[in-house]
Amino acid sequence: MKVLVAVKRVIDYNVKVRVKPDNTGVDLANVKMAMNPFCEIAVEEAVRLKEKGVATEIVVVSIGPKAAQEQIRTALALGADRGIHIETEEEVQSLEAAKLLKSVVEKEEPKLVILGKQSIDSDNNQTGQMLAALTGMGQGTFASEVVVDGEKVNVTREVDGGLMTVSLNLPAVVTTDLRLNEPRYASLPNIMKAKKKPLEAISPADLGVEIAPRLSTLKVEAPAARQAGIKVADVAELVDKLKNEAKVI
Amino acid sequence: MSILVIAEHDNSSLKQATQSVVAAAKAIGGDVDVLVAGENCGGVAEAAAKVDGVNKVLVADNAAYGHFLAENLSELVAEAGKGYSHILAAAGTTGKDFMPRVAALLDVAQISDIIRVESEDTFVRPIYAGNAIATVKSSDSVKVITVRPTAFDAVPAEGGSAAVEALDTVKDAGLSSFVGEEKAESDRPDLASAGIVISGGRGMQNGDNFKMLEEVADVLGAAVGASRAAVDAGFVPNDMQVGQTGKIVAPQLYIAVGISGAIQHLAGMSDSKVIVAINKDEEAPIFQVADYGLVADLFEAVPQLKEELQK
Ligand SMILES: Cc1cc2nc3c(=O)[nH]c(=O)nc-3n(C[C@H](O)[C@H](O)[C@H](O)COP(=O)(O)OP(=O)(O)OC[C@H]3O[C@@H](n4cnc5c(N)ncnc54)[C@H](O)[C@@H]3O)c2cc1C
Repeated sequence: MKVLVAVKRVIDYNVKVRVKPDNTGVDLANVKMAMNPFCEIAVEEAVRLKEKGVATEIVVVSIGPKAAQEQIRTALALGADRGIHIETEEEVQSLEAAKLLKSVVEKEEPKLVILGKQSIDSDNNQTGQMLAALTGMGQGTFASEVVVDGEKVNVTREVDGGLMTVSLNLPAVVTTDLRLNEPRYASLPNIMKAKKKPLEAISPADLGVEIAPRLSTLKVEAPAARQAGIKVADVAELVDKLKNEAKVI
Repeated sequence: MSILVIAEHDNSSLKQATQSVVAAAKAIGGDVDVLVAGENCGGVAEAAAKVDGVNKVLVADNAAYGHFLAENLSELVAEAGKGYSHILAAAGTTGKDFMPRVAALLDVAQISDIIRVESEDTFVRPIYAGNAIATVKSSDSVKVITVRPTAFDAVPAEGGSAAVEALDTVKDAGLSSFVGEEKAESDRPDLASAGIVISGGRGMQNGDNFKMLEEVADVLGAAVGASRAAVDAGFVPNDMQVGQTGKIVAPQLYIAVGISGAIQHLAGMSDSKVIVAINKDEEAPIFQVADYGLVADLFEAVPQLKEELQK
């Protein structure tokens, strides 16, 4: 079966994010960018499905600026077969991303679509669910285990109360959580090979989707900083402070 | 304006998060109705009717909603939500699952995890793991919003006397079914709403050592949480993870034990009123946000803490 994986280019998770002085956004000039960590987990899961003989082809898609091709190449180096780049310099919000992905789904007809549960920039946690709604598919969000079984997929989900397993008809959408797998690193030969794998670039217009954001960001501010407190000498002092100064116990 | 709040519950009790979402709804203004969707959830509907400030409770009681499957819930909410200006739910794993689906069915954006209401169309939410706070304005006719419960003081559970109305539309999308669950059973308070939380990190070394934290928790009436590293290592289950991509907590007192204080962890607890850090590394970033820092080996400090608290 064919698996479609969506990946996003975001700020590297190790980078200390700074708000721009004019409060229009965060400063992305000259900062390290990378594949969203949850998308790495999505790629890894697809590759494992292929290694198990469940997946036959892995198509990776990314929406974003020209440079997002780096993340597609990374996915190709990790084991995806072919890439699609929906190129746009504009800000793409979740609903539009889902509409763009829907057109790709209609064209490619994958049995399984795997996405990260959230991207660590906008922290929205929406796109996979929206894509599932728009394509009329079932969804297994926050997955910690994915088992394809004939025309169904069983997804174990990380939920507030513990774990929950659902069975979905295929085709279905899965969004990844942290415990699904531990992504591998790309080897040098595979990075070289990835350069020759097919990568098609298209525009949102080619897919008939208009980018018309519904949300406008009025301002972006730094959070109120917490003041560092004091060091206590020992446990007795700590308990005394909590009882008599902070009065929280 | 009229607002539909989707209740968070487990078919037997209404979760306190719902009262926080009602508080957010009241900050927007207008009538607040609550939808309780579940199976054998009549008791929850009665509880919702008593919540202060609720105008009306709608109940959809059917096996199709028993396990809160997003495919079914979203169709129900998209239909029941017609005519409302805002649809709100708590940003827990249930709300995060079905609400974006509702938004897509209505062809509107979702505003995730709001922490403040500026006006009926403008909301404040954290981005980049809380390293930036964005104010966003929606141009959609219906606002689909998930609310961070810890950011809004829960309205009282009592004081209302809303009418309860049954909805008999049954939406079963036939796309998904419930297979099973592994619920973490605990007599301790719920992590997300506990007044005191004590969390352990990689420094705990193994799951058995978490018993030390549980003993302190039992003296304090606290919930026990964890860092991602502790969950990934298998010390404790996933539902204990606090952070950007786990649970958001904001207790009166948060005690971080053997946790370094990575930004992704801080994103989940930095709104706590008082933060205590116990770490043997005095350079650990957690000390930059701690009100009281104790540089010590946790294997000595935690048993001492229990003793001192029992005095
Ligand atoms: C996409 C993504 C999402 C993430 N989401 C989350 C999230 O939601 N929540 C989260 O917590 N993390 C999250 N992380 C992980 C985060 O970046 C850190 O790796 C993690 O929080 C580290 O956990 P820790 O502090 O327990 O471990 P470490 O960073 O290894 O720190 C262990 C600490 O224990 C101390 N210690 C060790 N032994 C002792 C002792 N005997 N006595 C006292 N102190 C001791 C050490 O000094 C050290 O400071 C995420 C990461 C990514 C990439």
